[in-house]
Amino acid sequence: MDFPLFHLDFFGNRLLIATIAILHVLVNHALAVGFLPLVVLLEYLGFRKRRTDPGLAATWDDVVRRIMLVGFIITTTVGAMTGVGIWLSASLVNPASLGSLIRVFYGAWFTEWIIFILEVVFIMIYFLTWRKAGESETAKVRHIRFGTALVIFSWLTMAIIVGILAFMMDTGSWTADKTFISGFVNPLYLPQLLFRTPLAMMMGGAFALLLLAFFARRTPDARRPLVSFTSLWLLVWTPMGAVGAAYYYLFIPDAMVGNLPTAVGTMAFMDWHSSLLTVILVAVLLSVIIALWGFLAPRRLPGVVMALPIIVLMVFLGSFERIREFIRKPYVIGDYMYANGLRMADYPLYRRDGLLAHATYVDTPAVTADNTVAAGRNVFMLACSRCHTVRGVNSVITKFKDMSSDGRTLDPAAMKSYIPKMHNVWFYMPPFPGTAAELDALVDYIIHMDKHADESLPGAQDEGVAVAHEEVARTDENRRGEGGAP
Amino acid sequence: MNPALILLSGTPVPRDIPLPLPLPEWLLVALLVVSFLLHILFVNLMLGGSVLTLWAEIKGLADTRYDRLAQEIAQTITVNKSLAVVLGVAPLLSINVLYTVHFYSANALTGDFWVGIVPLVMAAFLLLYAHKYAWDKFAGRKKQHIALVAAAVVLLLFVPLIFLTNVNLMHFPEEWGRVSGFFSAMFLANVLPRYLHFLAASLAVTGLFLFGYMRRAGYGLGEKLPGFGRGEVLRKWYGLAFWTTVLQLLVLGPLNLLTLPWNSVTWDSAGLLLAGAGVALAAMALLWLDLRGPDEFLGRNFGWVALALTIAVLFMGSGRQAYRAVTLAPHRAEMAARTERQIQLSRAAWQDYERQMGVTALEVAVVEKLGWYARRQIVRAFQFEGAVIDLTFDLDANTVRFTYEEANLPAERIFERLEELNLRVVRPVPSGEETTAKTEPVPKAVIP
Repeated sequence: MDFPLFHLDFFGNRLLIATIAILHVLVNHALAVGFLPLVVLLEYLGFRKRRTDPGLAATWDDVVRRIMLVGFIITTTVGAMTGVGIWLSASLVNPASLGSLIRVFYGAWFTEWIIFILEVVFIMIYFLTWRKAGESETAKVRHIRFGTALVIFSWLTMAIIVGILAFMMDTGSWTADKTFISGFVNPLYLPQLLFRTPLAMMMGGAFALLLLAFFARRTPDARRPLVSFTSLWLLVWTPMGAVGAAYYYLFIPDAMVGNLPTAVGTMAFMDWHSSLLTVILVAVLLSVIIALWGFLAPRRLPGVVMALPIIVLMVFLGSFERIREFIRKPYVIGDYMYANGLRMADYPLYRRDGLLAHATYVDTPAVTADNTVAAGRNVFMLACSRCHTVRGVNSVITKFKDMSSDGRTLDPAAMKSYIPKMHNVWFYMPPFPGTAAELDALVDYIIHMDKHADESLPGAQDEGVAVAHEEVARTDENRRGEGGAP
Repeated sequence: MNPALILLSGTPVPRDIPLPLPLPEWLLVALLVVSFLLHILFVNLMLGGSVLTLWAEIKGLADTRYDRLAQEIAQTITVNKSLAVVLGVAPLLSINVLYTVHFYSANALTGDFWVGIVPLVMAAFLLLYAHKYAWDKFAGRKKQHIALVAAAVVLLLFVPLIFLTNVNLMHFPEEWGRVSGFFSAMFLANVLPRYLHFLAASLAVTGLFLFGYMRRAGYGLGEKLPGFGRGEVLRKWYGLAFWTTVLQLLVLGPLNLLTLPWNSVTWDSAGLLLAGAGVALAAMALLWLDLRGPDEFLGRNFGWVALALTIAVLFMGSGRQAYRAVTLAPHRAEMAARTERQIQLSRAAWQDYERQMGVTALEVAVVEKLGWYARRQIVRAFQFEGAVIDLTFDLDANTVRFTYEEANLPAERIFERLEELNLRVVRPVPSGEETTAKTEPVPKAVIP
């Protein structure tokens, strides 16, 4: 990748994106897509009670408004900022990938943005005019209509972004075509949408149950019907969620066939795939049991139990998100760019001339006898550091020690014979992109770092970058057509 | 900067993303300028509103009228902050796609602070919500309540510095090899003047906004702010907009222009910036006339003032972009040339590799039009075929180009598979005279 490389050697670059992204997906699914329709529906049900039982209608409305306050604050702070955070962190960790994706998906993201603005405007109108809308019936009807529009827009934002997520797993005909529509409508789009929609609704219901445990505690009259209805919501969506998950589950092997060339990869996948079945069964069963309990005997449902479904569903969603690890890797954009940010098309060039020879930000354009550690460090930065650290999360030193016979010492010869073949052993590893000399330098560097526990690997954000002066001069010669073989 | 200087100064010339822009460049630039101005308008309101809330609430310790005033201003912040965030997405997208290499390089070089924007802004927003919704709960603990908004103000004052450091650093590739860490980039020449310019603008814009907001007939200033005269409140906002803009015109604007590296200031950018200043000056004259008049006519010129300032800001935003375009043009040209060379090198190396691997290229013409559906069918039919290394479409010639291992997949098999998809392919004529489809070894790579 031809960028100054940001690197977090303790926390790991992958974990930075994962933390922000998982938080965002949870807030988006549970609070925006799933919770809002339930809140609007509850508001409407409360409104219908205004004639028969005005006292209950008022308490009901107040409880629903207060749980919406929580949803409103979380979505407009944590939800909004983690959404931006995915951008900011991805631009640091894999700028080549994000830069490529945005050239294909600018239109989708721009459309998403328009819908996102409408979503934000509607959520503000909806929440901030709640009290005022209670003053007259027509205002309340209008308020509920605004809520309905909000529900539609928040679902649409998910429907668009899922297209981009699905693209990263399976580029469909894009690698041949490189047009927007062929990238967007790819084989995994529909299964994902059919799975995520009911799951979001289930999570919305589960989150509402959790909030009701707090906010309806002092108003038992409203608590009983509210808990009962929310349980019914969860009960209705659970079978749909189960069908969506089953469809996705059955679709995965089909999508996976081409991506798992090795037996080891297939075994890792099979393990995950069968554990997924357990997760689906447990999550669905538990949701059904608690929802039935809440529906039939809302008064007896204790607050602690009400907190369970959202936790189980988070695990459920989290297990499914792992599918992307399996399907996407070793690529960050299928068949186009590897997870290290290097284009597949550039591999023969790097392997022939060396990764360092074509890098802009290195102080070692070539491996020489006296710079192996420095050159190895640059190779590590370019080829490994997007996923690995030297000695933090997913550390290369630990990985190699785990592979050694005693689990403690590094064997340079074994490392040198393993690295060129690693992509055949582990399906998720991209092939090593450099020359034999660069491989030796990389191994030297890893051994050196193991021996010098006090040395760290800073990123561009700490120490800045070196600029390869030779490279600049040489390309200038090429430009003038005065020779200059690489 | 001229091209020779780029090479002499050790400026990195990285390769660009080798994919075309999604839209014409002028359209992306227009989207960038307009959406950025919309974003920064609400950022101004969010920051200005928070600062004024803090000021009014502190004053409210001695004079309770100001506590009410603080609460009224606070109502506007949380709305403006949500719009500020959501409107920030489009300029972020546009600058990402237009200046991918420049922007991302600056981001990486200030990476920990860049990603730090997320928790810092999130914390500021949560503090602002706590401040707004717990106003009554903190009635007896005013100082703690003020601490909430003061903490938010500190965070919101710091975050713009991160953004400014980035958009400044992206203009100077010659500095990329020299900076180390966020603070070294923050102290590059132009950042602090731009920051002061932004702070003054935030107060001016918020003054004007609060004037318009509280002047509306439907607002009910008398009931909402008891103890204040209508003119008294409105003059505060008008005066704030006036004096901060005068400061901007006399001191901060010239300071900003003078600290720009002059070799990239052209008549285009300077002209646009000066035109903006001229229109802003006219707006201030109108505002001054208004301020000097009696209370009942206060705001007579408000519409014109707002319009003139909008035009001024459009000029300023365009001038800013014109400067960016000029300052980056030579470096971008160098980069484009290097990217093109790299693509050629890469292609040659790939062909070399194909030749070594015994790979053949086959171009197949198809009778049916290669529409979207047909292309998708073809890709799906071959995507798991290991012998096919690459598959591309030429839509003008209506052909499919296969790069494949002839030994493992005879050409005849490719024709059959295509026919299984109900496509009529034009097969090579066995005599070898008139052929539409041709099997040929990949031409020997031209390696420089």
